[in-house]
Amino acid sequence: MITELTDTSSRDIAAALIKARRTVGTASGLVLTLLIVTDGEHFDEVLAAAQASATAHPSRVIVVTYVDAEKPQLDATIQVGEGHPGDLLILRLHGRLREHGDSICLPLLLPDSPTIVWWPNNAPDNLALDPIGSLADRRITDAASAPDPQEALIRRARNHAAGDTDLTWTRLTRWRALLAASLEQTRATITGACVRSAPDNAPATLLAAWLSDRLGVDVTRVDGDGIGVNEVVLNTDDGDIVLSRVREGTAHYRVPGEPERSVALRRRPLTDLLTEELQRMDADDIFERTVQKVLEDSEAS
Amino acid sequence: MNAYNNPLRNPQDRRLPRIAGPCVLVIFGVTGDLSRKKLMPAVYDLANRGLLPPGFALVGFARRDWANQDFAQQVHDAVKENARTEFREEVWEQLLEGIRFVSGSFDDDAAFARLGETIRELDETRGTGGNHAFYLSIPPSGFETVMTMLRKHGLTEGGEDNWNRVVIEKPFGHDLQSAKELDDVVSALFEPHEVFRIDHYLGKETVQNILALRFANQMFEPIWNNHYVSHVEITMAEDIGIGGRAGYFDGIGIARDVMQNHLLQLLALAAMEEPTSFEASQLRTEKKKVLAAARVPEPYDLHTARGQYAAGWQGGKPVIGYLEEEGVSADSGTETYAAIRVDIDNRRWAGVPFYLRTAKRLPRRVTEVALSFKRAPHLPFTATDTEELGTNALVMRIQPDEGVTLRFGAKVPGTQMEIREVSMDFGYGGSFTESSPEAYERLILDVLLGDPPLFPQQEEVELSWKILDPVLEYWASLDEQPEQYEAGTWGPRSGLEMLARDGFKWRRP
Repeated sequence: MITELTDTSSRDIAAALIKARRTVGTASGLVLTLLIVTDGEHFDEVLAAAQASATAHPSRVIVVTYVDAEKPQLDATIQVGEGHPGDLLILRLHGRLREHGDSICLPLLLPDSPTIVWWPNNAPDNLALDPIGSLADRRITDAASAPDPQEALIRRARNHAAGDTDLTWTRLTRWRALLAASLEQTRATITGACVRSAPDNAPATLLAAWLSDRLGVDVTRVDGDGIGVNEVVLNTDDGDIVLSRVREGTAHYRVPGEPERSVALRRRPLTDLLTEELQRMDADDIFERTVQKVLEDSEAS
Repeated sequence: MNAYNNPLRNPQDRRLPRIAGPCVLVIFGVTGDLSRKKLMPAVYDLANRGLLPPGFALVGFARRDWANQDFAQQVHDAVKENARTEFREEVWEQLLEGIRFVSGSFDDDAAFARLGETIRELDETRGTGGNHAFYLSIPPSGFETVMTMLRKHGLTEGGEDNWNRVVIEKPFGHDLQSAKELDDVVSALFEPHEVFRIDHYLGKETVQNILALRFANQMFEPIWNNHYVSHVEITMAEDIGIGGRAGYFDGIGIARDVMQNHLLQLLALAAMEEPTSFEASQLRTEKKKVLAAARVPEPYDLHTARGQYAAGWQGGKPVIGYLEEEGVSADSGTETYAAIRVDIDNRRWAGVPFYLRTAKRLPRRVTEVALSFKRAPHLPFTATDTEELGTNALVMRIQPDEGVTLRFGAKVPGTQMEIREVSMDFGYGGSFTESSPEAYERLILDVLLGDPPLFPQQEEVELSWKILDPVLEYWASLDEQPEQYEAGTWGPRSGLEMLARDGFKWRRP
């Protein structure tokens, strides 16, 4: 059921939402509110990812977009049912309303359950102080979609607040898991490490910082030909541990004393990343330490 | 050797999944239904979720004349058809490299020699490091033969740095005696912590859900005792008959098939005290304590009931009765409906009967644990106001649609004062991931990681038989056949009377 409201208010939206729910008869099992702040350009892609993750985490999705206009006006589309669990609200904030997004969203958040804000492209400098960001328990950004990802990452690090995470970090989970597993297998002491990646790749910067922080060794960065992270080498006294992506979807994995094997390692789609992010509501301390390390390194150089 | 502290791991880093170490999974009885529908898809799903190690190998063993690629094709088809997650070529290729097939029967020395060679070859080329898991997806009668052959051909020899584990499925024997005999066979070759018994009705997820509900919350535990609970009903109903499984089912009966393991496990989980931690050993200690305190009260003719489904209409279709099923003799005394009352002799539960029932050909497929509460000691309403008010209930729905239901009274709007029962509902499917991992996925991962399973160990199996054996003996001593009940109904009259005697009535699940 889709309801269109023009020049409306939070109160009318809430009333229309209850009416829609009664009509469709959905159970109220929603676990979180996901606020998405995006521009017109990425709207469809972002909406598709949010709806796909809503199958894993039934949620109330509120998409906030800004419209340049003289007159402050709020337009809304409410969608309940329509093949997706949960509710979908699309809010178009005209003109000055941009500065009062919090007053519009606050009455529409689900009671008690966590609120997450996701800026799929451009994010404000300080997330926790942003009107909409201040409503959230968790704030998700994506440095990789910024014009200068490295710079965006540093900016994130500088203004980090508990509950902030970035999708560049989420992209690394599978790499990190395989590297952790390789150490469990060899139990070797790591004497050095090297990360090869596309030039200025933001996830690679994080990965190198993480390795250096956890292993206490210097991590060399090398430019490679592939996209994203290409290869990680960990030096041990018995030989190198190598994890290298040979083509999209497949990586070679080698540990000392064992035959080389291939493992599936693909670039994860947006839906996967978002689903992983929504899985946990607590602050990611390891991410925080890693971005601080990135910040220290950049200030030292 | 477990003292290694991985610098890349940190308890706070909860994104990082645990990936199993390199190993070979050998499946016996790989041509069976279970293997095709559940095991092979579960292996793929694990690989797809990135939880299988680089260097994982899957060996099938069966009496088919297959080459490796024929088997790989079978796995491929099974995965495409039944896997929970999306099929991805690169994941499949990773699996494919380690797929082997060994053809032979369970008593064929040459075949086991070939199996040994295959495994050794994999240890070298795939780097599986001598870690082997054996999944016996075969009838228990074959266990001894396979186990003997495994030992004879040195396939389970372990060193310091490698492991061997075995997975067996219910039934774990058909009475106390046979359960012990079966255990002798298994434990001759494997240590208790290397044996993984799976009860696929009761996945680890479900067990953990029950534990979380009971022990992570403050509001349920205070009423979880005989001060507030009047009785507990544990139901596992199936809408199907025995199908073509007369050979397996006739002579065994539903009490041995389901009650001994599944229902008594549910009883233990619902009734046990809080474990000091959620380590498997602590959990087991509590389950054992409550099982040891449980017994079926005598006389058995008053507190147990059994039945056989008769011809009838099941959901709009005519179905035949148990005695008319192919392979079942007309004088069969095997029950397809079993209900027992279990009393638990401890301070928490004294005086609260637990009613367990399970049957085939009931109206619908459902498993649940329902706690019925006593009525409020004083109701400040007139009797007519509360005519429609039943008793409060808390229902843990196990399947389908896993969740929790609360039943309580609410005033009917607009009437002067009329109180009626309403439901408050929570569904895991509604609030969390649509598809939580299959029981088999969790189990196989536990086996490969060496995580102590939450599945019962031998002592619990034996305690369960001790509860059930006297009833089974009593039923066997009766001359008459089990009472007939029409298919598609909620069971025989004796089942209803058994509760009526105590002043209760089965709820309709």
